[in-house]
Amino acid sequence: MIRVVLPAHLRALARIDGEVELDVTGQVTQGSVLDALEERYPMLRGTIRNHDGGQRRAFIRFFACEQDLSHQPPDSLLPEAVVTGAEPYLIVGAMAGG
Amino acid sequence: MSGVRVLAGTRKGAFILTSDGHRQEWDVSGPHFAGWEIYHVKGSPANPDRLYASQCSGWSGQVIQRSDDGGQTWEPVGNRFSYDGVPGTHQWYDGTPHPWEFERVWHLEPSLDDPDTVYAGVEDAGLFRSADGGQSWQELPALRGHDSGPSWQPGAGGMCLHTIILDPAAPSRMFAAISAAGAFRSDDAGQTWTPINRGLQSEGIPDPDAEVGHCVHRIAMHPSRPSVLYMQKHWDVMRSDDAGESWHEVSGNLPTDFGFPIDVHAHEPDTVYVVPIKSDAEHYPPDGKLRVYRSRTGGDEWQALTNGLPQQHCYVNVLRDAMAVDSLDSCGIYFGTTGGQVYASADAGDSWAPIVRDLPAVLSVEVQTLP
Repeated sequence: MIRVVLPAHLRALARIDGEVELDVTGQVTQGSVLDALEERYPMLRGTIRNHDGGQRRAFIRFFACEQDLSHQPPDSLLPEAVVTGAEPYLIVGAMAGG
Repeated sequence: MSGVRVLAGTRKGAFILTSDGHRQEWDVSGPHFAGWEIYHVKGSPANPDRLYASQCSGWSGQVIQRSDDGGQTWEPVGNRFSYDGVPGTHQWYDGTPHPWEFERVWHLEPSLDDPDTVYAGVEDAGLFRSADGGQSWQELPALRGHDSGPSWQPGAGGMCLHTIILDPAAPSRMFAAISAAGAFRSDDAGQTWTPINRGLQSEGIPDPDAEVGHCVHRIAMHPSRPSVLYMQKHWDVMRSDDAGESWHEVSGNLPTDFGFPIDVHAHEPDTVYVVPIKSDAEHYPPDGKLRVYRSRTGGDEWQALTNGLPQQHCYVNVLRDAMAVDSLDSCGIYFGTTGGQVYASADAGDSWAPIVRDLPAVLSVEVQTLP
């Protein structure tokens, strides 16, 4: 079970309270977790990564186990603690005012 | 009893303001989509319960929301705006070619007769259409693909397609305006487009009367007389009597002819409203006095409307999509400010009162007249 934490504005958009728990088949990568997340919540498509090409949006960040995974490729494996559910995969709105 | 529903888009959410036909007591609902920028909310003329909203944020880009119950509940629909084919380039601020990049939806214009058909004007300037209630969007590429497209440059607010007008008398005719490319007209439902900027004079471009490149802020039309158009340009208030083939200035006695919105009285095609703003550098009313100006002569002769509006220390702006009129017998006029006020007049502008005073900066105001 993969635990995913979304920023507040995306929880509101997807009408989610708290963490999301996802079953991911096969290798647990950033890409496969985001695929599973968007499959369950289609309204999140385009809000975390671009429709065309799947590139991470500039002001979204991916953290886990106190590491910034934002610049890792989509097929990079997530830490074992995320795979086992001991630690959440954090999708974060970068600190930016306005 | 009939009533009105005012749809206000702000920097941090949407608000829905409703009243009966007297327009004195108001119910305020919101914020909807709290924290998100709401560039525009507009209802379908064919089904007033069908609303569309453009929701966006710097973090997460564009979302389109749809309501089928007048804004009580909402559903996210399609947000994929992909330019047709290879997008090509337009001019960047420094004059270099810049790839067309979708940024946001500025304006949503529902079809006059089909609630599921809606047009979207976007930044970087392009026109999209959905025929399935917003679930999917297809570009009408001929506008962006006009021969002049590679020479278009953004205005200070971005290169946005902000005005879409559908002609009720000629279903294939539509108008669009882009900052800072100018006004365009299609007579074949968007398959081809013609620049309609003859008569405009803009000192901020190398050729003041160029075919394109003018910073048009807003265009308005009265549905009973669709060949007459009114325009608030960056500077100058303009009028066309031939569907945009030519324009002449009607700024007349305005204290300044800079401004953003322009609108027309629901029952008097020659009654026009603008909100003069001091200058392109000072985006607030002259002398700290918030004044709507009304012309009952189709321009040139303007009267200041001040009753109920702040006449000292007022330094707000009124953005291009932030004025609307209802169609009750005594025409109501509404506008929102960057200071978060939404003002209403139930007597065609003779007197005003704030509906709300402390919203986030207002980006857009629309009104629906309800049965």
